[in-house]
Amino acid sequence: MKQSYSLGSLWRFSALGLLVAGLSACSGSGDTRDSGLTDQVARNPSVTPVTIDGAQDGTAVDPGSIEGRAPVDRVIYFDYDEAELRPEYLDIVAQHGRYLAQNTAGRVRLEGHTDERGTREYNIALGERRAKTIARMLQLQGVSSAQVRTVSYGEELPVDEGHNNAAWAKNRRVNIIYEGALQN
Amino acid sequence: MNVNLLDSTDDRPFMAHRLVRAVICGVCLAIGLLLLNRPASALIEIEITRGVDNAIPIAIVPFGWSGSGEPPADIAAIVGADLQRSGNFAPLNRADLVANPVSGDIPLYSNWRLSGADFLLIGGMRRSPDGYVMEFQLFDILQQELMTGFSFQVTDQTIRSAAHQISDEVYEEILGISGAFNTQIAFVSVEGRVGDRTYRLQLADADGQNSQAMLTSPYPILSPAWAPDGVRIAYVSFESRLSSAIYIQDRERGRREKVLAREGINGAPGFSPDGQRLAVALSFEGSLDIYVLDIESGKLTRVTDTRAIDTEPVWIDNDTLVFTSDRSGGPQLYEVSPNGGRATRLTFEGSYNADPTVSPDGSTIAFVHNSGSGFQIAAIDRASGLFQTLTQGTIDESPSFSPNGQMILYATEQDGRGTLGAVSLDGSVVQSLSLDDGSNVREPAWSPYAR
Repeated sequence: MKQSYSLGSLWRFSALGLLVAGLSACSGSGDTRDSGLTDQVARNPSVTPVTIDGAQDGTAVDPGSIEGRAPVDRVIYFDYDEAELRPEYLDIVAQHGRYLAQNTAGRVRLEGHTDERGTREYNIALGERRAKTIARMLQLQGVSSAQVRTVSYGEELPVDEGHNNAAWAKNRRVNIIYEGALQN
Repeated sequence: MNVNLLDSTDDRPFMAHRLVRAVICGVCLAIGLLLLNRPASALIEIEITRGVDNAIPIAIVPFGWSGSGEPPADIAAIVGADLQRSGNFAPLNRADLVANPVSGDIPLYSNWRLSGADFLLIGGMRRSPDGYVMEFQLFDILQQELMTGFSFQVTDQTIRSAAHQISDEVYEEILGISGAFNTQIAFVSVEGRVGDRTYRLQLADADGQNSQAMLTSPYPILSPAWAPDGVRIAYVSFESRLSSAIYIQDRERGRREKVLAREGINGAPGFSPDGQRLAVALSFEGSLDIYVLDIESGKLTRVTDTRAIDTEPVWIDNDTLVFTSDRSGGPQLYEVSPNGGRATRLTFEGSYNADPTVSPDGSTIAFVHNSGSGFQIAAIDRASGLFQTLTQGTIDESPSFSPNGQMILYATEQDGRGTLGAVSLDGSVVQSLSLDDGSNVREPAWSPYAR
């Protein structure tokens, strides 16, 4: 920085000689410059805010419904930066696969999530890979593609906001969410 | 390069400026609330954690005021804080000023020289039929010369912006580099806990003042990107809750348009330099690939076609994109034509290089880098291929260049909380920015110069 300062100054003093002489002559009253400032800044503080309301769906689950009778383990956890299913979750995914294959009116949403490490958009992609891993396994068991949809939230919706291994392990997950109702 | 974000230097003049700024911003906030009748917005606190070793001493004399009552703003304080924040300047304490000349006065150079100042800024303000006339002169103490000076027509609304323009002028006259003080930053803030979070896409002046939410949502907002016009901002919103969509919002009118809501991922928008196209990452055709959307016509062109993750496209120029791909196993940066074709790999250091951002002159690409010691901001010089790591955090991400290319703003974490950091390209200046209401800040995007 020192170099650029001294070099820049030297360069500047010579280059500005004429301008400075001119300005000095009017003893600092300066020229009036139309900076376009009014136009430019008139919009500076002007932000028109937009607000989105959240519609909460807090309906109770009917225990006799497809959702109510579905397997209860509905979270699949993953290793860091991995979208492969860990062997201990094979059985849980298989249970959901059998259940959905038998209950063809059942619909699931697979929500993919990651921990906070890595860039946000890359994590959106990683979360989608995880959700698609589960979707593929369900389909291998005869679940129709119309019964399954995926969405990835990446690292945006952690269940544990800690910044440690335990929190990260909980956040690297796919939530299997039964969309309940038989009717459309 | 030993950059520590947690370093806190003992900086008394700066503390004084912060105090003045705090008072000014309190007033601004009160006025803002009256005018806009909206919920209180948090102020950003900016701290310099490291400046250049040989910051330039400059005397900034409180501007003269010829009207009745108090002047509408302390211009000298705003300019002083700007220059101090750049890390390149060390404004003298007000108590150490040897005189109080105002606009039009001829300084006694020898006295100023004794006070240790290399440069002197003086100015004044008076009422005019349309608001105020603000003027300033910058003197070189050693050369005993007037360097520059002019006057502005300003209003109560443009007064701070005019002060930032004076900062730009001083910065450019002395350093020979355009200033970026009269610009803004966009960022995403999040408050609340699991199940009850509020996401805000916010704008603030580059000095942290005037922060305002342009979008508030209970669902995630991410990846804000400025159009080159400085008015439109593209972003990803999950407001429909079960899917993402890309919006372009006009920040002045609040008018916004949903430009992409395909099946699967709609992510990572980036405006082309001509402002007419948006590079995006979409997965509706199966795998996540790069596409270019012609905004006016809605025409979509596929750029990449791999089974790998291809995302985070940004433009080097109207004919070149840089993006992240894990086609080689882990995320690395690649360059490709927006018309598609063969992609060229750019990064080879470390196992993780992602989320590129390009300097305004196209010479440098900054990105998130991991070679085993956490996620840090790194940069490569495109001509020489020179690679350097600029930060030392463990979870630094979302780099964004200042429009003069001097600083990189990024997201980091301090005490478990999302904050922003800024580092100069040579690593010599480090700043930390946080919201004073305790919410998490992330994904900063520095605006282009206003047009």
